[in-house]
Amino acid sequence: MSAPAGLPPRPAAAAAAFSPGGPGSSLEAAAPGSGAPRCQNGPMQSQMQFPSGYGSHLPNYSAPSGHYSQVPNKAAASHLDNQYRASYYPGYYSAPAQNVMTSVGSNVLNAQESHQLYNNTPPHSGGSSDRPVQGAVSSASYLHVSAQQSYSAFDNHYSTSVSSSVASQGFPLNSDHYAMPVVSGAMYPNVSYPPVAAGVVYGQTFTSQSLPAVGQFKETNAFSSQSTSVPHSLQQHVPVGYNTTLSTVSSAQAVQDNLSRNLTGSVPKVNNQINTGGIDSSQPVHSVSQNVPFTKPGAGTSAASAVMSSVRSPAPSLSSKPPSSPSVTQSPELALQEALDSSSTTSSASPVLNNYDALEGGGYPETRSVTSSPVPSPSVLQTSKASKPFGYGYPALQPGYQNATPPTPVQPSNPGHHSGFQHYAQQYPGVSQLSSSLGGLSLQHSQQPESLRPVNLTHDRNILPVSSVPAPVPNLNSDLRKLNCSPDSFRCTLTNIPQTQALLNKAKLPLGLLLHPFRDLTQLPVITSSTIVRCRSCRTYINPFVSFIDQRRWKCNLCYRVNDVPEEFMYNPLTRSYGEPHKRPEVQNSTVEFIASSDYMLRPPQPAVYLFVLDVSHNAVEAGYLTILCQSLLENLDKLPGDSRTRIGFITFDSTVQFYNLQEGLSQPQMLIVSDIDDIFLPTPDSLLVNLHESKELIKDLLNALPNMFTNTRETHSALGPALQAAFKLMSPTGGRISVFQTQLPSLGAGLLHSREDPNQRSSTKVVQHLGPATDFYKKLALDCSGQQTAVDLFLLSSQYSDLASLACMSKYSAGCIYYYPSFHRSHNPAQAEKLQKDLKRYLTRKIGFEAVMRIRCTKGLSIHTFHGNFFVRSTDLLSLANVNPDAGFAVQMSIEESLTDTSLVCFQTALLYTSSKGERRIRVHTLCLPVVSSLSDVYAGADVQAVVCLLANMAVDRSVSSSLADARDALVNAVVDSLAAYMSTASNLQQSMLIAPNSLKLFPLYILALLKQKAFRTGTSTRLDDRVYAMCQMKSQPLVHLMKMIHPNLYRIDKLTDESTIHVNDRVVPQPPLQKLSAEKLTREGAFLMDCGSIFYLWIGKNCDNNFIKDVLGYPNYASVPQKMTQLPEVDAPSSERTRSFISWLRDSRPLSPVLQVIKDENPAKTDFFQHLIEDRTEAAFSYYEFLLNIQQQICK
Amino acid sequence: MGYWEGILCEGDEALAQGAQRSCGCPWIPESAQGQIIAFDELKTDYKNPIDQCNTLNPLVLPEYLIHAFFCVMFLCAAEWLTLGLNMPLLAYHIWRYMSRPVMSGPGLYDPTTIMNADILAYCQKEGWCKLAFYLLSFFYYLYGMIYVLVSS
Repeated sequence: MSAPAGLPPRPAAAAAAFSPGGPGSSLEAAAPGSGAPRCQNGPMQSQMQFPSGYGSHLPNYSAPSGHYSQVPNKAAASHLDNQYRASYYPGYYSAPAQNVMTSVGSNVLNAQESHQLYNNTPPHSGGSSDRPVQGAVSSASYLHVSAQQSYSAFDNHYSTSVSSSVASQGFPLNSDHYAMPVVSGAMYPNVSYPPVAAGVVYGQTFTSQSLPAVGQFKETNAFSSQSTSVPHSLQQHVPVGYNTTLSTVSSAQAVQDNLSRNLTGSVPKVNNQINTGGIDSSQPVHSVSQNVPFTKPGAGTSAASAVMSSVRSPAPSLSSKPPSSPSVTQSPELALQEALDSSSTTSSASPVLNNYDALEGGGYPETRSVTSSPVPSPSVLQTSKASKPFGYGYPALQPGYQNATPPTPVQPSNPGHHSGFQHYAQQYPGVSQLSSSLGGLSLQHSQQPESLRPVNLTHDRNILPVSSVPAPVPNLNSDLRKLNCSPDSFRCTLTNIPQTQALLNKAKLPLGLLLHPFRDLTQLPVITSSTIVRCRSCRTYINPFVSFIDQRRWKCNLCYRVNDVPEEFMYNPLTRSYGEPHKRPEVQNSTVEFIASSDYMLRPPQPAVYLFVLDVSHNAVEAGYLTILCQSLLENLDKLPGDSRTRIGFITFDSTVQFYNLQEGLSQPQMLIVSDIDDIFLPTPDSLLVNLHESKELIKDLLNALPNMFTNTRETHSALGPALQAAFKLMSPTGGRISVFQTQLPSLGAGLLHSREDPNQRSSTKVVQHLGPATDFYKKLALDCSGQQTAVDLFLLSSQYSDLASLACMSKYSAGCIYYYPSFHRSHNPAQAEKLQKDLKRYLTRKIGFEAVMRIRCTKGLSIHTFHGNFFVRSTDLLSLANVNPDAGFAVQMSIEESLTDTSLVCFQTALLYTSSKGERRIRVHTLCLPVVSSLSDVYAGADVQAVVCLLANMAVDRSVSSSLADARDALVNAVVDSLAAYMSTASNLQQSMLIAPNSLKLFPLYILALLKQKAFRTGTSTRLDDRVYAMCQMKSQPLVHLMKMIHPNLYRIDKLTDESTIHVNDRVVPQPPLQKLSAEKLTREGAFLMDCGSIFYLWIGKNCDNNFIKDVLGYPNYASVPQKMTQLPEVDAPSSERTRSFISWLRDSRPLSPVLQVIKDENPAKTDFFQHLIEDRTEAAFSYYEFLLNIQQQICK
Repeated sequence: MGYWEGILCEGDEALAQGAQRSCGCPWIPESAQGQIIAFDELKTDYKNPIDQCNTLNPLVLPEYLIHAFFCVMFLCAAEWLTLGLNMPLLAYHIWRYMSRPVMSGPGLYDPTTIMNADILAYCQKEGWCKLAFYLLSFFYYLYGMIYVLVSS
């Protein structure tokens, strides 16, 4: 118990502290049944009822898609939050409406009570069966509605845009919604005539809106022109469809859904929905008009966005095939046409009609008034009213619509699911469907719609996705989403941030960030500017999520301070234009790099300095790593990152420490031996670190000679400590990188270690000791190094126990990296030798940042709790990184200190200030923006299971060091149990006999089981202490992508690769075999399987594997002749060989460290390694996946 | 005989409490106060955790030792109530020092973990609690001493 803080006693409390919820009991999480959704309805309803009172807020709700698509980052500051909120909620609210389709009359009542939007609870089967019958009755009226609403989109955008332009002319606000339509109608002529008029309106938008605007412009134009082709009949209905965008979609679908209900049941609902829609429709106007006084640009933007999204959203809903929406987003025109086609309308409408429709919409007042006390008939009247004036089109319309509606998007996704879940399940599909269709992120489309779909874990055996698990996309509007930071560099465990700590506690999921800040990027905007614009109070760098209040001021999105825009920032170097601060690259990219001025330097930028500290004892020479290292160094000497000032030096050590004088002018390298290891000193301080370019010949001489210099050494001792002290002395004037190669336990001088491992305890199920350091020598050294901007990288190549737990400290706290090659031998273990070679190549040539610091800032209310990774924490949010490398990942735990109720978006910003190898001071800034939610189901919907698991792994490592391994394992299990129990308690009518997880968390138990079977945490299986500690080190320092492969490897069957479902990368055809479960049941003797463990590939060949495959791919005639140690695939000119190799090389290219391939036959000793990774199977010491699930279920029921 | 014993005991007590008042008590609260300030400085970014730990660590053992010394004095004076009040803290000190992180020097605080929000918060809370305890006990001792002096 070194850290008494919050390390509660084992079983029960352990989990509590572990899960972010803290000590809060799990009972607390038991929200009353479907309470959550109802609560959400609350605000909505109330808004409907008190429109005037809530007037200012209305826009938020209304604007759904309008804001959704484009929430103007630069919109009026005061409105920003609201708008953002709008962007979230509407999607939220409207989405459920989509689901309405399945609801049955009886349920409707309930639903209505809570809210019409949520009325969609009833079982699917019922809904679908009902539809044909009941639908017929109601279809007529509802179809209209749907048509209207969906098409209203077009009109809407007109009206909204109009209003935006009009607003400044004193457009009436909330109290008169009614006036709105009229006005817009009046305005119509201006606006609605498609391209030109729209152009005018959007012209405004452009000025305010950044680059995307251009695209939008086109799109909108396209739409407007498209809209001309919209049939009369449809357009007529537009008035009703006043509602903008999302509401449009939702109501459209809702209406369709209503078809399936009996008339009475559905009518009120529809009305409600229409009403909602009505409000919505007028709301955008509000927001716009309200915005206008503050910021014209903002208003313009929002209007434009409303248009965009409104146009887009109908498409998917009408065409009602979600898969098509990706294409929709990309080419809205197409989608539109699709929608039109599906509705089988032929006539083209004239904009004038729209105009009338808009006027008709003036009838809305009635609806409005109705809204507060939902009376069915008025709205019906209204609809008919709206449509009657142009009596034609109806008949034609109906069939068209009917055709269009049946294939509902939601239905197929969750057939046969528990009815109780439908409202969750469906509501989400809706949102994400919309949002993805808006956002154009086609990939996530299939994934996210169902992030809340309940999955019965004990029944659904195939939960693994076909290809790798994608990161969930935050539920933001498309524009923000486009701007948001890539999930590869910045991920949050919860993409929907809970509003309060209490809510977070209820969810029982950890809140944290996973960072990969210095990742190799193919595209990175680099900004050279004398002034770097930052918030004056919190020092946040300007980013895409700030809001421009006007041309001269911007509001910080982290602390909400209003700052001035400096004069220089007004000029945009990219477009060479003036007065458009929001188009600067800083505001257009969430990942940027600044070239910093001298303000950001404490001293002149340091040169790149590399020092190699090499073990040359008997053990090391025997292992033969020197040859590989010197070879690699010789090859990569010119590729070492650096400039003309680059310096390099060498120190070797056994029982003494040897220095090498490489001063330019010497005829050959001079070895200086210091045998006084108790008081180490530098023999010639000046000439040990030499300029790489000036002394290159000497360095090459030394590298050539080094492997043979110690061949006959009899020294078995290792004085690592003194050598490190010497290295520190050598490096302290400049800082740089020390690379330590060690092959055994340090046995002399300071920092000597003793063997602590008891081999008999390796497979103990009880206590695993010695996970922490034995001495603080290495930690202190690391801190000293860190203070002098020196990082220590450790390469441990040992065949025996070397106390990595102690040695690793030298890298952990100096921001170095750790490589471990167990039982390394150059000739006896070629796989490790090859791995070392490849790692060294990457290590020597990869980017490097010196004297770095990283600061993580987050929106007021959130605070950083704990950091994970290799670094030294210098203050609450500042990490000191002596070196930063592109393969380093970090994790951060966060807590919510203040309630986030007054904001709907939170942002996180990571700023990494470093000196590049060229001596430039640079700042790399990543900004991530996430929505805030208030309901538990939303929190679950946004859970990023991979990030959660990685963060838990980090926390578990800490726990096992500070407390015990058993504690950590319990905590991991409890994390699953608590979160699933909390989830199940939120969903009411749940059968306790089933283990249900939301779709977003369906892999959670599997990953946790994988973690428990991982080397770091497993018990009962013989695990060497160093292996275990190394796995822990990796968990702390690997970025998420690599860590996930380590935890849960990917298994592919590769003996039957086909050209189907291939992708093309650089003119190569790469087959994409589906992921297989990590279970022996998937392995067949006839097959060949590739397991991708991140740092190693296992190629397992079945005994009866097709001889052709063995011949073509492995180059051997039959199974028996395949050698035991095979690490390369020959280049055979056969299609199967080509496919296999291209697949493997594609996998390799996706990561920086190229993994080694190991071919495994049945009798191979490495077989056990392979089979250990089949984590779904039962082992002697651990559960199978199914047993684990049962175990969890039991604990939940307890 | 009994009377004399009583006198002796009371004298002892007065002595012990006098000692406490004169040297220990003001010093201990100050040390606790210093620690609170130090942790606050850490929290608010003013100081490097390495420096802060270097200044704090040498103070830990003396504080513990002085407290232990008083406990011994109270034991000698057979001040069971006062001793009983101090025993939990003594036990806590012993436990705390036993479970300190691996360190070569004296002290409790490890610069690599001190910035962890949990630990920092714990240390701060510990500091406040101890400050309160020391202050209260200071006034209690003062009262005890005056009471003894007056009543004798």
